[in-house]
Amino acid sequence: MRISTDKIISLLFFILSAFYLYQTYQIQVFSFDEHAPFNAKTFPTFLAYLGMFLSTLYLLLPERQPSKVDHKVLDYKSTLYLIIIVTIYGFVLLKAGFFLSTSFFLFFSYYFLGERRWIWMLILSFPFVALFMFLLHGLLDIYLRDPFLKMLGIIG
Amino acid sequence: MIEGILIGLQTALSFKNILMVMMGCFFGTIIGMLPGLGPMTAIALMIPITYGFEPSTGLILMAGVYYGAVFGGSTSSILINAPGVPGTVATAFDGYPMAQQGKAGKALAIAAYSSFAGGTISAIFLLFAAPSLSKISLAFRSPDYFALMVLGLTAVSAFSSKGQFLKAMMMVILGLMLATVGQDSLSDITRFTFNNMNLTDGISFVLIVMATFAMSEALTIILKAKDPSRATEQISLSQLGSIKLDKDERNKMLKSIPRSSVLGFLIGVLPGAGATIASFLAYGMERNYVNEEEKQKFGKGSVHGLAAPETANNAACSGSFVPLLTLGIPGSGTTAVMLGALLGFGIQPGPRLYMTNPEIFWSVIMSMYIGMVILLILNLPLIPYIARVLATPRNFLIPLILFFSVTGIYLMSFNNFDIYLMIGIAVVATFLRLYNFPMPPLILAFVLGGLMEENLRRSLLISDGSFNFLWDRPLTAIILVFTISIISWQAYKSFKK
Repeated sequence: MRISTDKIISLLFFILSAFYLYQTYQIQVFSFDEHAPFNAKTFPTFLAYLGMFLSTLYLLLPERQPSKVDHKVLDYKSTLYLIIIVTIYGFVLLKAGFFLSTSFFLFFSYYFLGERRWIWMLILSFPFVALFMFLLHGLLDIYLRDPFLKMLGIIG
Repeated sequence: MIEGILIGLQTALSFKNILMVMMGCFFGTIIGMLPGLGPMTAIALMIPITYGFEPSTGLILMAGVYYGAVFGGSTSSILINAPGVPGTVATAFDGYPMAQQGKAGKALAIAAYSSFAGGTISAIFLLFAAPSLSKISLAFRSPDYFALMVLGLTAVSAFSSKGQFLKAMMMVILGLMLATVGQDSLSDITRFTFNNMNLTDGISFVLIVMATFAMSEALTIILKAKDPSRATEQISLSQLGSIKLDKDERNKMLKSIPRSSVLGFLIGVLPGAGATIASFLAYGMERNYVNEEEKQKFGKGSVHGLAAPETANNAACSGSFVPLLTLGIPGSGTTAVMLGALLGFGIQPGPRLYMTNPEIFWSVIMSMYIGMVILLILNLPLIPYIARVLATPRNFLIPLILFFSVTGIYLMSFNNFDIYLMIGIAVVATFLRLYNFPMPPLILAFVLGGLMEENLRRSLLISDGSFNFLWDRPLTAIILVFTISIISWQAYKSFKK
């Protein structure tokens, strides 16, 4: 018997709801609130049971419109590269500062997506980020942490 | 009311606010034109920018973006048969065939005039309906609000699920679960934080919107880049043709506009319905109204078939502001994003907004009308130029969307954890979207989660833990009957197949 991905997702949702219910029982409410008509546990308990009920219903009912996903045409490789680049960007953003990290992020993202028009890649990374920073930091007075530009004395 | 209108006009007509409406319409049009990016993404991208503004200015900017994005969606529907937003899918039925016949300019002009007329007529309805509804909604108590929220979530699930109601309902529960993360609003007890300090204040609304829409959309586009069914056609911009309409076309348009405006506004007011349902219903209704000869032209470039959905989707946009401004309950995913932004400004929309913050209430209504005028003035002459945005290569567009998403979160918290959390949620959302699990119910549930828990708390405390509050008051019972009807209808539909 083949089980569809939709059903697997609803099974995962059932597990998530059960875990959520377990976590709900771990919530420490005040002793005077323990038997109150409503405390911090009440709403999450309803949600957990409702989540388990809906996922069970989906699992048990016959599937009329299973989602069809053609994995052969999906570009997992480029998507994974992009996720890795964004994660690295998120990691270095606070350390290297906004200007350098964002400019390199944009430049490498263009490159990994197959772009090779170097002039456009450069314009839409370093000068573009500089302009964006000017708009935010210079005009709208929104603070952007940037140790690199601070070291150069460009921003205060 | 006259005093309120004057206050609204004074606020909306200030130089800064007119500039904001213009900017909003312009950027909204551009973002809305990009296939896959709708008003929700456009507004989400604007939220971090609006935090530095006064609430009325921020809302005016977002209203401009909303209308601009809906119009922008029509442009890509007509030119490349790729609706930028679901609300403009019906526009493509007759708009794209017109463009193929070398009448793209006319199709865009009909879309612009119809949008203007639909938006204007419904803004007038809003002007009169909103204050009266505000007064009526003062009669609402906690059980009614709770029931209304349940109705809103059920309705959004029903309309956005494309026949997969259970999937949409699971997304509602997931959204509500995410909303419970952090401190309980009354007792301050932390829940589901796993001893992580970063989660004590809960998950940010902007983070959820950016992750499930902007970032997840970008990842989906890359993931499906090689899918031949998603290949979009590029149109030669030299084939736009004239934007002038002849007498016959004008007459046809004038017949469709009034009925579609009324229908669009009424559909927009209903929780969960919104522009998509309104445009489809208007298209169907128009087909029934016209004579047999005109009926044959539907799907082949009919003026009626283009004007009706375009009028209705803009009218529904104004209509969806009614439950947001008067009850504090968003009627659609987009207005849910706006509710989140309002709460961010420290404003609680609802019946009292009309009295406590009249300048916000009226300036938003007034700026809607001004937005319509600006949209028409701005977009008609700029149509050939704006259309060039459609030629933005995907390789540049995707990293820029990711950049705006990450920057939006970075500017809010200056915290790596939020960026990682956003990436994680975006990956899960992309996977779920691949299998047709809709995201608007999740967003609406996340926004309403706190309010829902608070109203359930009050209702249960008043009724001493009994669930009698669900049928004690006639209003609550009526709302619940509607909810049960929607669930029964969905169950009947799925068993009938």
